[in-house]
Amino acid sequence: MLLHIDSIQTYYGSIQALKGISFTVDQGEIVTLIGANGAGKTTTLHTLSGILHPRHGSIFFEGQPIHTMPPHAVVRLGIAHSPEGRRVFGRLTVAENLDMGAFVRRDKAAIKQDLDRVYTLFPRLKERQKQLAGTLSGGEQQMLAMGRALMASPRLLLLDEPSMGLAPILVDLIFETILEINKQGVTVLLVEQNALMALSIASRAYVLETGSIILSGTGKELLNNPDVMKAYLGME
Amino acid sequence: MTATSVRVPMAASQGNRWSPVIKIGLLGGGVAIYLALVGILTALANRMIITKVISLGQIILLSVFIIFGYMAAQRAAAGQAKRPIVRCLLSGAIAGLLISLFLSALVVIAPIINLRSVFINASPELFDLLTLGRGVPDGLLLLIGIGVAVGALSAGLFLLPDRLRRSVGMGLLAIPIVSILNSSLFAGRGISALQAAAVFVIALVITFFWQPARTATSQRLSALPTKQQRAVATLAYIILGIGVLLLPLLGPYPAEILDTVGLYILLGLGLNIVVGFAGLLDLGYVAFFALGAYTVGILTSPEIQWVGVQLTWWQALPFAVIVGTLAGVILGIPVLQMRGDYLAIVTLGFGEIIRLIFLSDWLKPLVGGSNGITRIPRALPVPAGSRLSDQQMLFYVILAGILVAAFIATRLKYSRLGRNWAAMREDEDVAQAMGINLVRTKLMAFATGAGLSALSGAIFASKLTSVYPHSFNLLVSINILAVIIVGGLGSIPGVIVGALVLVGLPELLREFAEYRLLVYGAVLVFMMLKRPEGLLPEARRKLELHEADEA
Repeated sequence: MLLHIDSIQTYYGSIQALKGISFTVDQGEIVTLIGANGAGKTTTLHTLSGILHPRHGSIFFEGQPIHTMPPHAVVRLGIAHSPEGRRVFGRLTVAENLDMGAFVRRDKAAIKQDLDRVYTLFPRLKERQKQLAGTLSGGEQQMLAMGRALMASPRLLLLDEPSMGLAPILVDLIFETILEINKQGVTVLLVEQNALMALSIASRAYVLETGSIILSGTGKELLNNPDVMKAYLGME
Repeated sequence: MTATSVRVPMAASQGNRWSPVIKIGLLGGGVAIYLALVGILTALANRMIITKVISLGQIILLSVFIIFGYMAAQRAAAGQAKRPIVRCLLSGAIAGLLISLFLSALVVIAPIINLRSVFINASPELFDLLTLGRGVPDGLLLLIGIGVAVGALSAGLFLLPDRLRRSVGMGLLAIPIVSILNSSLFAGRGISALQAAAVFVIALVITFFWQPARTATSQRLSALPTKQQRAVATLAYIILGIGVLLLPLLGPYPAEILDTVGLYILLGLGLNIVVGFAGLLDLGYVAFFALGAYTVGILTSPEIQWVGVQLTWWQALPFAVIVGTLAGVILGIPVLQMRGDYLAIVTLGFGEIIRLIFLSDWLKPLVGGSNGITRIPRALPVPAGSRLSDQQMLFYVILAGILVAAFIATRLKYSRLGRNWAAMREDEDVAQAMGINLVRTKLMAFATGAGLSALSGAIFASKLTSVYPHSFNLLVSINILAVIIVGGLGSIPGVIVGALVLVGLPELLREFAEYRLLVYGAVLVFMMLKRPEGLLPEARRKLELHEADEA
């Protein structure tokens, strides 16, 4: 078991956003969390990466408790976070952004290798390496955000809404790339509103509703679940 | 509007083509009235630029005509493939006419409605200046005539070919600059008409041939082998260095100005690390300046006995820097969680607290209260038998400080820490998620900046040989911030340019002192609108803010 989350409760001040969530992610899986706005998906990822800390409950990464660690320590363990809304460093160039992704690493040769890997995954980024990230299109920024996360050479990649606000053709490309990244050995925890796409590539999935997990199963099971179809896929 | 259209048959069918020009004229009139009523024109009326011919006040008024006449011509030619000569000249003349009509109206109406009871500067002296001392009907006609002529001439300037236009502009600009430098530094009373003409011609010729000469030189330079190129560069730096070293020999008064500018450069380099590199808006920067100055004062002045030691300035210096750096860390810790505006407010409060502590009666036995601390030794005493002044000697201490600070800032900027600051400035959360330790990175920025500020404070104490709480008010922090914003946030050469422009120029024009903040405000607004990246921006910022123009 790569990641084990045990009934975490996270608060914003006095407001409880996560009401005791437990799930697991195994090595090599793509696990997805789906749910409506405000269900707690992003909060879950922020709690995992250490930007927020749970008031109760625990998180184990490879058996090691990480729920009290600051974010810069979490990323050193091999968990990289590609945040919602891309949040690239707008005033740094594409190459510098990718470089920041490899911040915690010292192995120059391997970093170079990973850079080539990112440029192979996203040839557009290579074309634009000297351009300021803030001037990229939305799709390119998403590629950059994912590339930046990959530069940490993570074992677990947290992806927050990678398809948000993108044209359908780009959404397809992003999801193909997620599969490709996963094939290269990176475990993926994917948070998505685009439930159809997310479920179709996920090995397992959890459905979040107002801070609790209400359903779980394999991607295929949930795709065919009548409740999920009705609530998240817009099908009767 | 209709009147204009009738007079100009060509535009009769589309009268609104003239409305932008008229708008510019009205704006110019507003600016001219504003400058007149604020009192700048009269305050500078005694500062002669060309002896017995024209004063700085008149030049400022003239430049309003020139700028708006030029803008009117520019607007008239907008969107035209070929510049319409007649229309441009006419537009310039209209703008000049409107501005002079505004001023005439001021001269005629102000005494009737007793404007002086509201605007103290609406004085007979001002009206005298505006009517060129010739009384109401004659002087006004002259003013209007000059206005129209100057407006049209500036429009004519616009019609010149690019290269010539730039050279003529620089030539005109050179006259007041040379004259002001001459009278400020060598106590002259303006230059003669002949000298002014010579300055104009020299500046015109130099700027006219500058660009091709520079291109030719750089081409010849790049054709040389790298080794010789490097030799040429080294030589250029050596000459520049010697030039800087000789600067204080201009005299005690220029040295005094240079010292003030130098201190602001030093302060700017430090604040630039905090605000420019790390993006932490610190409005209490003066606190560390005060701490540095007071540390030196307490440790060196014979007036302060409770410490039990009396060090020399150089012995006290490291303590000042250490105290400043520690204070930076101590301020940094409580504000670690704050961002943007909140951080600015808290640091502002911190700056005031430090000043009030030094001012308080409570600590008066220790730090002198409002009496301050005096009898602080000089950093570099004047060698026996030398005719140099203390201020001239101090320049070299400041210069050494600037070199150290610039070296530190440059090294940090391109270091790993510098990149962490850049990432943190962009997005704290994500920077953290990349593995950056925010606490350490922020504290490093506060500490480095505060250390440099304390260094400047130590030098400042030795400059005045005394420290008083009132030297360390909020305005100092704001001045430093203005210096780095005008120079170009994050740019190290920008700090130097910003300090020269915002601190050096007002020192040269002492009559300006009253209007200093007014000018700061105007300069900042203008900069933010027209050149938000600063005078000498960091390459990155320029790229960001002007991407749209290129696209």
